[in-house]
Amino acid sequence: MAEVVLRGVSKHYGETAALDDMSMTVADGAFVVLLGPTGAGKTTTLRLIAGLEAPDGGDILIGGRSVLRDTPAERDVAMVFQQYSLYPHLSVRDNLAFPLRSPALRTPEAEITRKVAEVAEVLHISHKLDNKATALSGGEMQRVSIGRALVRAPQLFLMDEPLSSLDAKLRADLRVELKRIHASLGRTLLYVTHDQIEAMTMATEVGVLDQGRLVQFGTPREIYESPVSLYVAARLGQPRINALPAGLFGGAPRGAKTIGLRPEHIRLGEGRDAEVVRVERLGDQTRLHLRLDGHDIVTLTDPHSDLETGDSLAITPRDALYFDASGNRLS
Amino acid sequence: MSTASVTGPSARLKWIAGVLVVVYALITLMPLLWIMATGFKTSSDAIAYPPKVLFEPSLEGYVNLFTTQTRQVAGQVSTPETWYERIVHDKGMVITGPSRYGERFMNSVIIGFGSTFLSVFLGTLAAYAFSRYRVPLKDDLMFFILSTRMMPPIAVAIPIFLMFRSLGLSDTHAGMILLYTAVNLSLAVWLLKGFIDEIPREYEEAALIDGYTRFQAFRKVVLPQAATGIASTAIFCLIFAWNEYAFAVLLTSGTAQTAPPFIPTIIGVGGRDWPAVAAGATIFLMPVMVFTILLRKHLLRGITFGAVRK
Repeated sequence: MAEVVLRGVSKHYGETAALDDMSMTVADGAFVVLLGPTGAGKTTTLRLIAGLEAPDGGDILIGGRSVLRDTPAERDVAMVFQQYSLYPHLSVRDNLAFPLRSPALRTPEAEITRKVAEVAEVLHISHKLDNKATALSGGEMQRVSIGRALVRAPQLFLMDEPLSSLDAKLRADLRVELKRIHASLGRTLLYVTHDQIEAMTMATEVGVLDQGRLVQFGTPREIYESPVSLYVAARLGQPRINALPAGLFGGAPRGAKTIGLRPEHIRLGEGRDAEVVRVERLGDQTRLHLRLDGHDIVTLTDPHSDLETGDSLAITPRDALYFDASGNRLS
Repeated sequence: MSTASVTGPSARLKWIAGVLVVVYALITLMPLLWIMATGFKTSSDAIAYPPKVLFEPSLEGYVNLFTTQTRQVAGQVSTPETWYERIVHDKGMVITGPSRYGERFMNSVIIGFGSTFLSVFLGTLAAYAFSRYRVPLKDDLMFFILSTRMMPPIAVAIPIFLMFRSLGLSDTHAGMILLYTAVNLSLAVWLLKGFIDEIPREYEEAALIDGYTRFQAFRKVVLPQAATGIASTAIFCLIFAWNEYAFAVLLTSGTAQTAPPFIPTIIGVGGRDWPAVAAGATIFLMPVMVFTILLRKHLLRGITFGAVRK
């Protein structure tokens, strides 16, 4: 059992609060993605759980037991860092074996050889085992660093934007690979990212952080379809949700300040006339940049649309999201 | 057709630079070559005027350096058995025993390498602490450490002389090692802190999570990566301790005397024995030269450190 519970955890760096009374429960075996802009406290959350930092207040439990007094080694967690993840003076093989040779594990050499070979096989780095860690490409390095987490089979995996430095193709491959590994090992995984696709495709739950607080926690679909605030709504969605004055189209509920329109909330061909400012043809879809009463709106249309800059296009909202003056959603 | 890049120097510039380097090398190396040559001259060739550039090499200087001699007394002269006994015999002298040069040289080795080891060892620990831990008054302490280098060490010679006398450290190996370590430590801390600052903390954090303690992470992850810094710091420390003259003259006389104050005291019969002095200097130069050549890559990085990033 490796349920992770944060109870009212706070962490300050000087005057700034990195985490402010944060509470969250990550179920055993869950794949939780933490979303939020830089400085929201995502990485701090991972570092506190790993034991690299001590919280100013609150409690952290792993598997039902408070780990505040445990060293990182005693917590039985593995962490994949965004960068600098490999020991540059060691070979790939020794990098992978490093956690197994630790005084905490003291694995027999025969078993180390077996486990390293096994993990190398999974991550397709078997042919690079005798390379120096610095002689690898970015993608190989990150696979080794994920491999270093995998050899140990800890009760909890922490990953801090592990794919952010990779190219698109490799990202897609490793995304699938990580999801598969998670499914087969069934361990709890806490994952920090900026990337919407990673969050939507891999997570069982998404936690959205804002200035050191957890503002919403739920399945990716819940977060996308019923965000509690404009802030959460803006975290997911490509192109981003359009935030416009609530009165732009009429029919807004009482107290609404802002109307939030995702592309699927905009019906084209009826309603008010907007000017087409720019047309971006992306191949599988076409992005339309519209202007209505001085407000910019970005939406999607048919890939074969023959709209041109300067055209006029009628739009009207459909099942839109409404938010009050402080950004909270009105249901 | 030239394949030189537009930013690289032209062939002519390279040629001029090459000539300048050779001229500069000749100027700086000339005294060194002269000393080395003098070591192989006979006493008369060494002081000949005009100076002799070409001469018949002799090992007289080296034999004199390592032996003590006395004049032959008629009737008691045994026939020479070895090549060096013959050299001495031909001058009308006889060997009475080994000289103190070997001993002084060993003192230099013990004190030089001992203080270098200690400086680098303590320097690495201190630099690590300054680099990684929240030390109160860190900047002030670092400045204080640096400030010990703002005066020439010899400015405090008299207090140190008195302290050493009261503590019984005068003319001891331990005393000289301590002294050179104290002088070198500031340089070691500053140099090594720079190197350790450049090693990302993430490596240690990864090691902590991988099941290692802080000290094990330091030993297994930080130390191997600081090797370049440690090597170049060691060279600087050794060069200072090896060549130090003023303190050695002041604080040592017998048991712990190093080679630098000893070499000029090598006195021959009937005037200063320049070939022996030159031989002593030549041998004395060797260890630092070899050490520096072996580690010259690191040395270059140490000197340009901070200015050039890899």
